[in-house]
Amino acid sequence: MAKNEIKYLTAIKTDKRVKKFCRFKKYGIRYIDYKDVEFLKKFLNEQGKLLPRRLSGNSLKFQRKVSDAVKKARQMALLPYVTDLLK
Amino acid sequence: MGEIEFLTLSGLKPETKKRYMNNYELMVIFTPVLSDDEFKAAQKKYAKLVTDNGGTVVAENAWGLKSLAYPIQKKTTGLYWVLEYTAASDFNEKLKIQLLRDEAVLRQLCTKLDKYAVEYNARKRSGVKSGNEKVVEA
Repeated sequence: MAKNEIKYLTAIKTDKRVKKFCRFKKYGIRYIDYKDVEFLKKFLNEQGKLLPRRLSGNSLKFQRKVSDAVKKARQMALLPYVTDLLK
Repeated sequence: MGEIEFLTLSGLKPETKKRYMNNYELMVIFTPVLSDDEFKAAQKKYAKLVTDNGGTVVAENAWGLKSLAYPIQKKTTGLYWVLEYTAASDFNEKLKIQLLRDEAVLRQLCTKLDKYAVEYNARKRSGVKSGNEKVVEA
């Protein structure tokens, strides 16, 4: 038995996690339209709440813009404030 | 003595001074009880208000009857109308007063458009893909 063989108590993770990225930065989108409801729905959960940055991967700059757009869409009754089963 | 040039804050000579126009977008929800003609007349009225105050209408888009995400004034549908225009910065207050006084208006929203927004709207109008479709589900 080789002496330099290291044993771990728990299996080490071998699969690398895919790094999240800001899709607006990556694809060069600079304006988020509040009229484009289907697009905004990608950033909402089932209840119509905005997804956090840790899930969507947006940069702060664009997360703010998304939230502004969603709020405008809600005011104009394009998106609901509260709901169930949005998608 | 040299000639003294009187310059305004924006660096323009007074005779060439032009009122700076901003780009705006107005979205109005009218009550669904309006007839087709009344809806058209209301659109024309507000578009005229823009041009009468020295603005220009860039684009107009009537979405027509659309169901609301939640009831407004006990109505579940509304007539949507989107107007893109340029106007001086003091015009929007006047427009807002007119819209608030109008009983046919359920909601109105005026947005200032930055240069990217103007570009986006122009591209959307000409039918070219806006580029936002590339975004895939994460």
